[in-house]
Amino acid sequence: MILNEELLSVQRGEQGEAMRKVLNTLVMYGEAFGAERMVKITGSMGHAVIGTGSMTWGPVFDLMDELIAGGALPKQSFTTDPRGVEPHVPMSLADRVMFKVIFSNQKRMEKEWQRMGIKDSNAYTCTAYMSEVGNIPEYGDILGWAESSAVSYANSVIGARCNRNSGILELMSNILGYVPEFGLLTDEGRKAKWIIEVKCERLPEPQLLGSAIGFKCIEDVPYIKGLDRWLGTELTQRVKDYLKDMGAASASNGSVGLYHVENLTPEAKKFGEDLILEDAQVFVIDDAEIERVKASYPNPWQEEGEAQLAFAGCPHFSCEQLQDWTERLMNGLEEHGRDKVTVQTIFCAAPDVIRSFKTRFPLYYDRLSEMGVTVSSLCPLSYTSNPLTDKIRIITASNKLRYYSKARFYSEKELVDILTGGRTDG
Amino acid sequence: MAKEYKGRVVVPGNVQAEALVTHTGFNTLANLKTAGSFLNRKGVLQDMNNPEIYGKLMPGKALCLPETIGSTTGGMVLYCASVMGVGPSCMLFSKKADTLAVAGAVLTANWSEHPIVLVDGLGEEFLQEVKEGQMITVRDDGTVIVEDE
Repeated sequence: MILNEELLSVQRGEQGEAMRKVLNTLVMYGEAFGAERMVKITGSMGHAVIGTGSMTWGPVFDLMDELIAGGALPKQSFTTDPRGVEPHVPMSLADRVMFKVIFSNQKRMEKEWQRMGIKDSNAYTCTAYMSEVGNIPEYGDILGWAESSAVSYANSVIGARCNRNSGILELMSNILGYVPEFGLLTDEGRKAKWIIEVKCERLPEPQLLGSAIGFKCIEDVPYIKGLDRWLGTELTQRVKDYLKDMGAASASNGSVGLYHVENLTPEAKKFGEDLILEDAQVFVIDDAEIERVKASYPNPWQEEGEAQLAFAGCPHFSCEQLQDWTERLMNGLEEHGRDKVTVQTIFCAAPDVIRSFKTRFPLYYDRLSEMGVTVSSLCPLSYTSNPLTDKIRIITASNKLRYYSKARFYSEKELVDILTGGRTDG
Repeated sequence: MAKEYKGRVVVPGNVQAEALVTHTGFNTLANLKTAGSFLNRKGVLQDMNNPEIYGKLMPGKALCLPETIGSTTGGMVLYCASVMGVGPSCMLFSKKADTLAVAGAVLTANWSEHPIVLVDGLGEEFLQEVKEGQMITVRDDGTVIVEDE
């Protein structure tokens, strides 16, 4: 790899041993993918994937200490993934004790992030690109982010350029201010190997469509046709939310880091079918395929029975989604003559989004509380890493959560029905 | 008779280990999120979506796979597992290795005493032929020898 004078000085150790090792790590990483140079990060903020001080990630926090001690600090501010738990979320004493144990590195991690220049104490969310949070890259920006759903969103919905970087590598990129140029940073790497033709009778739920795309494309870039029939050609907040959830699902069943949606996402609008590689394969997703994918999910529950805990908002909800889901619950409860949800429910969103929701929709916020719904900025994936939750029957409409936990998946409609008393299974 | 394959070296090393084989993507976070802690000291693989390897042991194995999938914590989870002694000794990819797996191996090579050897591009035939439990020898020039069962 050819390095510029600034990076050659780092390589000579003129900025310390820690910086030299950071550079060597990123060079070795880039060379594995044929990168010939490092390119400057142009996004105004970084995003990291570590928001939970998990006890199993001690080696990561040791490494972060080593970086801090060596003066290797990020060049710009950053946001990071959500915390694993929050004090106001209802839980048993046993859960509370267990969380203290499994997240025993939380204070240490937050102190390290502070020393490294995290944006603020509200910067813990997987959807930092929400306007309320403000980590919004520009079209064409070069990023060194991690968090699969955020990378997918930044690449696809915004048109920024970011590889699927791992935790720690994203931090090191931010420290160096450069990333190796390969893959999704290049024009060629952003071309589609798959044409996905959506031929459903009605708009499929985003988490299920994304799931089907992830299973098929694994790590390849898909060019999705047919969605503009329902989503239109403008990136309204409703459309962005749909794409956020679809992308997160395709990044957990597979490792899709970029998708193009015909007539909708910025590069698809600009370049059209020029984004499709000549030998691209075609895959049709219809209602039967959506059903097949849903039916293929394993049953994670140890014992059948009524659900005990429900999660929605993985990835974190937007303010509009909080509003929409509140209305769905209110309507469902009214229809079934109930006041409260049937299952303890947690809605998840970024701290800044929750604050905005409280301000913009104070009656809805209060109504959620009355219905028995807790609004929290925790990460459901991290929350369910508590082994005590293995025995709890959890339900969700998030493909990402169902993949990484023992939560049972239901479609959004089914989940609302269960929560409002319209059906009793689950 | 032993079969020999040649791949591209990403992290070099000489290793001999027992094969653990998955023909679908290896979700690193789902498999190893608690590995090395009191919840999973032995490093038992925990991805229920991958019945081929669910419940099997990771430490010291030669992980034979097409690619890793899932969360971008993948590389750091591999790094942690390796430092805590519950990671694979090597990762042998039929395809070109993905960014998260490479990140994990590169981190171990630069920041730990326990590098995960990584060889990729071994070809589809490698993954079709290799069976769980077979002894595998990896040489630092990317030669992978699969012994008879």
